[in-house]
Amino acid sequence: MSGYMSGVLAVLLINTIIAYSVFLPAAAGLLNLGAAGFVLIGGYTAGGLTSQAGWPLAPAILAAGLFAGAVAFVLAFPILRTRGVYMVLATFAFAEVVGGICLNIPSLGGATGLSVSTYAGLPVVIPTTVCVGVFVAWLLSTRLGLAMRAVHDDENVSLLFGVNLRMVQVAAFTVGGALGGIGGALLVHQFNFIDVQTTGVLFSIYVLLYVLIGGTQTAWGPVAGALFFTVVPEILRSMSKLDASMKFLETGRFIVFGIAVVLIMIARPEGMITRTLIEKVQGLFRRRSSPENAG
Amino acid sequence: MQSAQQLINGLMLGGILAFVAVAFTLTIGMLNFLNFTIPALFMLAAMVTWALSSTGAHAFAFGLPWYAAAAIGIAVAVVASLVIERFTYRYLKAHYGDATEHALPLVSSLGFLIIFEHTVITLWGSDPQRLDLPFRDMDVHVAGLIVGIPHLFSLGLAITLVWVLSWMLKRSRIGRALRAIAENPDAATLMGVDVSRIVPVVFLITGVLSALAGILYGFSYSTVTPYVGDAVATDAIAGMVLGGLGNVWGAIVGGLLVGLIKVFAISQFGAEIEKIPVWGLLLVILIIRPTGIFGKPKVGKGKF
Repeated sequence: MSGYMSGVLAVLLINTIIAYSVFLPAAAGLLNLGAAGFVLIGGYTAGGLTSQAGWPLAPAILAAGLFAGAVAFVLAFPILRTRGVYMVLATFAFAEVVGGICLNIPSLGGATGLSVSTYAGLPVVIPTTVCVGVFVAWLLSTRLGLAMRAVHDDENVSLLFGVNLRMVQVAAFTVGGALGGIGGALLVHQFNFIDVQTTGVLFSIYVLLYVLIGGTQTAWGPVAGALFFTVVPEILRSMSKLDASMKFLETGRFIVFGIAVVLIMIARPEGMITRTLIEKVQGLFRRRSSPENAG
Repeated sequence: MQSAQQLINGLMLGGILAFVAVAFTLTIGMLNFLNFTIPALFMLAAMVTWALSSTGAHAFAFGLPWYAAAAIGIAVAVVASLVIERFTYRYLKAHYGDATEHALPLVSSLGFLIIFEHTVITLWGSDPQRLDLPFRDMDVHVAGLIVGIPHLFSLGLAITLVWVLSWMLKRSRIGRALRAIAENPDAATLMGVDVSRIVPVVFLITGVLSALAGILYGFSYSTVTPYVGDAVATDAIAGMVLGGLGNVWGAIVGGLLVGLIKVFAISQFGAEIEKIPVWGLLLVILIIRPTGIFGKPKVGKGKF
């Protein structure tokens, strides 16, 4: 695999982890526009631990996840007081405050950013992503996952049926925050560098888009969303090199991409991968194996 | 004297933020829709004005007088805003009954933000461009303080427009229809309000306000880039929340407040600190009093 390809793959996988960090709250009906905050917390924690405290990579990633999760847990109680648009804005404000704080810690590089020498290549990124994906899929299959789905569909009804609304939402937000921290920890060691600009204004917005485009109903959604956002621009870029008439794609590929976002939302307002889609696909296979059941 | 000058600078920046905050608050108050295309409209108008009014090798370098270029810039932004309405709000309303049930308008408006930013980058590149305009150096010196004419004009215009807007919402037929839609779109339809014809008015006003703000920003700071809208819009969102969602006067106060906080924080503690006071205050306000300073508790309660 060429260096370029493995770079794209690593970014895709890290994006998937960060997408899961927003997916979990979204699956419980909470829109989190603060992904950048948890990514920065995780990135600076892990980067500081490996570069300045001399920790090995694995415990640093774990510590970053735990610390980001702890911050998310503490933050969840005040943030969950807000609803709808207010919650989106509160999480966004949180990310901006974290960015502002990171910028003002001189020991972590301040405005010049933090450089680390430990490198996390594909041998680290691939197993971590697989673990995160399996963990999220498992979480959705548990009682908590069912409760999250119920809360997502209707808060009041799930409350009437005895779901501990606050507990479910705090859990989803906390685990999401921890995953964001892990994603940030991988990000800083993949690029060997982090600064506040790594997660600009549009970063959290893009991550929320991964999740909403991919679909919030199944664990495949964030994978599909991150894949779409990472691969489609790359395909368009390589298409621009094929032919002189495609040259406009070189700079204009994001226009095509933006149009694709709008069209996908029109065709599939619940995201690309929905529960019904998966059931349909499973139905196709079932019918093929046992034709007598086909009605 | 120093702090008096900072006060003026803060109010002048706040004047532009107030404009954008009013555009945000109007869509969210009337349609319960956080319109992320506002930064794109802001930038589009500023960039079109620059492209048409300057001469050079770039596309559409017609060297038009500034007022013609600005008028075309506003027109382009308004048309863009109506296109956005067609594919976000109206489409959803027609197909899914409730436009705010899905996160779709949010995602689609972000899609449009990507489309417009990259259209501009494709046409004119991503470098900052210099907007040379007649009143760039027209500052008034009052008792040793410097007041920029475009800033002063934008603050005055913002207050005038909001005054007209709030009068319109209160008294005119369209205003009554808009308030009925804000209250309950279905009931408004039953009462004979043609929702599909009234809703574009909100987008039209949004387009005009964001475009005016973008052009005034270009006049005031004489530089425009394809990303100019992003930072301004996030500050304006902060201003909107401080003032209370859906409240036009609140948006003006909030916008001015954010401008003041930013300027004072930068002058006191340096540029690196500016995010903490604005967004920290916002976070605290959202948690303690989620409706903002003047907001009504009803707005923004929908799923999305």
